[in-house]
Amino acid sequence: MKRRTREALFFNLFRVCAAIVVLALVVILGYVLINGIGKWSIDFFTQNPRPNVHGALVEGGILGPIVGTIYLMLLVMIIAIPVGVLGSVFLQEYLGSSRIARIWWMVVNNLAGVPSIVWGLLGVALLVYYLNFGLSLIAAAVTLSLLVLPLIMVATKEAVEAVPSSLREASIALGATKWQTVRHHILPYSASGILTGIILSLSRAGGETAPILLTGVAVNASIPGALGDQFQALPYYIFLMTQTTDRTQAYAMAYGASLALIALIVGLNLVAIVLRNRFREKYRW
Amino acid sequence: MATKIRVKPKRGIRGILETGIWGTLLLCSLVSIFTLAMVFLYLVGNALPFFGRLDLWSFLSGTSWNPFGDPASYGVLPLLVGTILVSLVAAVIAIPIGLGCTIYLSEIADPKVKRIFKPAIEILAGIPSVVYGLFAALVLSDWLRSITHSSSRLNALNGAIILAVMMVPILVSIAEEAMNSVPRSIKEASMALGANRWETIRRTTLPAALPGIVAAIVLSMGRAIGETMAVIMATGNATQLTFDILSSVRTMTAALAIDVPEAVSGSVQYQALFAVGLLLFILTFGINLIADYLMTRFKEAYK
Repeated sequence: MKRRTREALFFNLFRVCAAIVVLALVVILGYVLINGIGKWSIDFFTQNPRPNVHGALVEGGILGPIVGTIYLMLLVMIIAIPVGVLGSVFLQEYLGSSRIARIWWMVVNNLAGVPSIVWGLLGVALLVYYLNFGLSLIAAAVTLSLLVLPLIMVATKEAVEAVPSSLREASIALGATKWQTVRHHILPYSASGILTGIILSLSRAGGETAPILLTGVAVNASIPGALGDQFQALPYYIFLMTQTTDRTQAYAMAYGASLALIALIVGLNLVAIVLRNRFREKYRW
Repeated sequence: MATKIRVKPKRGIRGILETGIWGTLLLCSLVSIFTLAMVFLYLVGNALPFFGRLDLWSFLSGTSWNPFGDPASYGVLPLLVGTILVSLVAAVIAIPIGLGCTIYLSEIADPKVKRIFKPAIEILAGIPSVVYGLFAALVLSDWLRSITHSSSRLNALNGAIILAVMMVPILVSIAEEAMNSVPRSIKEASMALGANRWETIRRTTLPAALPGIVAAIVLSMGRAIGETMAVIMATGNATQLTFDILSSVRTMTAALAIDVPEAVSGSVQYQALFAVGLLLFILTFGINLIADYLMTRFKEAYK
């Protein structure tokens, strides 16, 4: 075979691979969009799931699940962000490239790969039973916070790393303390990178099902009024709808709810992508 | 990497403030080590009593998993085989497509296409697993059945294909980074010696990026093994020991998600499930360590 033909052959093969991936995205999103959009109405977003004559929760809307998911994301934001960002800044700025920091980062990297269901197990053993939180909103929120903590830390690390060290040195040379340097220079310059990581972590927390399945989500919980209450959640509701026997009604609800979940999460992802691109244009070191 | 700058400790209120902040930050970062210790301790602590009742070997080699049955059986083999079967088939599908996609993205695509393509990959990575599961359970399963005429609508192949779709974006984003960090000068040298673009990719860029690419494959495998919801919804969850990709299987993650809510804290079932969790943790932790090692080596090679 001629060298050129071979090159053309392989390049076309790679183009096909890329096309398959794009096709998968289009087909999956397309299916959810086409089947889900018909279900969207004011009632769909303002009513709680209601049982039909057979007792399956396939009527009404998805208000409860949406509120539950938003509560979860807010709690994760409150718990995980300060700890993750500050912890990461400490490892990066105060421990620098010491051996301890390197081992520490290895631990964090590995935590990021722990399966979500294992986090759920930890949540059950530690939070639900040992600390006696019971099956509750707070148990699920803490479990999800632990799950996204390593993601926030890695994102923060990368953002902080990208700030050139000349800025640090200049600040220190002018007599600023370490914290002043971090507070007035490192954090502002890495803010959009950190923010991108935070948004992606939140979208991850909002889409997780397995950990909350073990730690407190419930089919017919009402909108939680306290941290100790059980709650509904959008991903869990979708899962539930695929397990119901009342197929026609349940599947329509599942598509509608999936479209809502995707809108929430892809929306967050898009915000993160735009933020990052703007940051890239703004600072070039 | 942050350079180490020594700063003379300040005296007075500033100094106290700095120490206080130092302590707070230290506390925050300690949480990460602490959680790892917790995960491990709680898995081991809850699983250990189980191995007092059943020896490790009969747990690992037992061919029947039926914790709530009478008599109950606790052989993890069907679950382990289910996990390995589904994620291996997924890897066989995802690796060639993912690598092709990576090469296209990093070496062939023009910048305009790339600007749309990369966010598309990120969106694919961001879609919640429950949505993939929904698609597999309601749509993909019917398509597959009309081709394979399998007896069970939800089966291992169905799960493997949807897992492959979930693996590709992870694989592509990490592998593409590895391809991009191969220095330009090497590629230019290859071109200057008369190689065309494909020969340069095959003989120069790919071998140079290999550790990074292997790490990408390993990490995406780890993701596949740990995935729960898509697999629960797609594979049908029959606990049987089988290597047939057209039959229904239950993976370790699925068993945990299905059985843990039923198990009473402290019961044998509960402990057995933690033993499964421990096995899963060790598996994925090992995989991540390998990937981590490869990545560090790769990064050091091209400093």
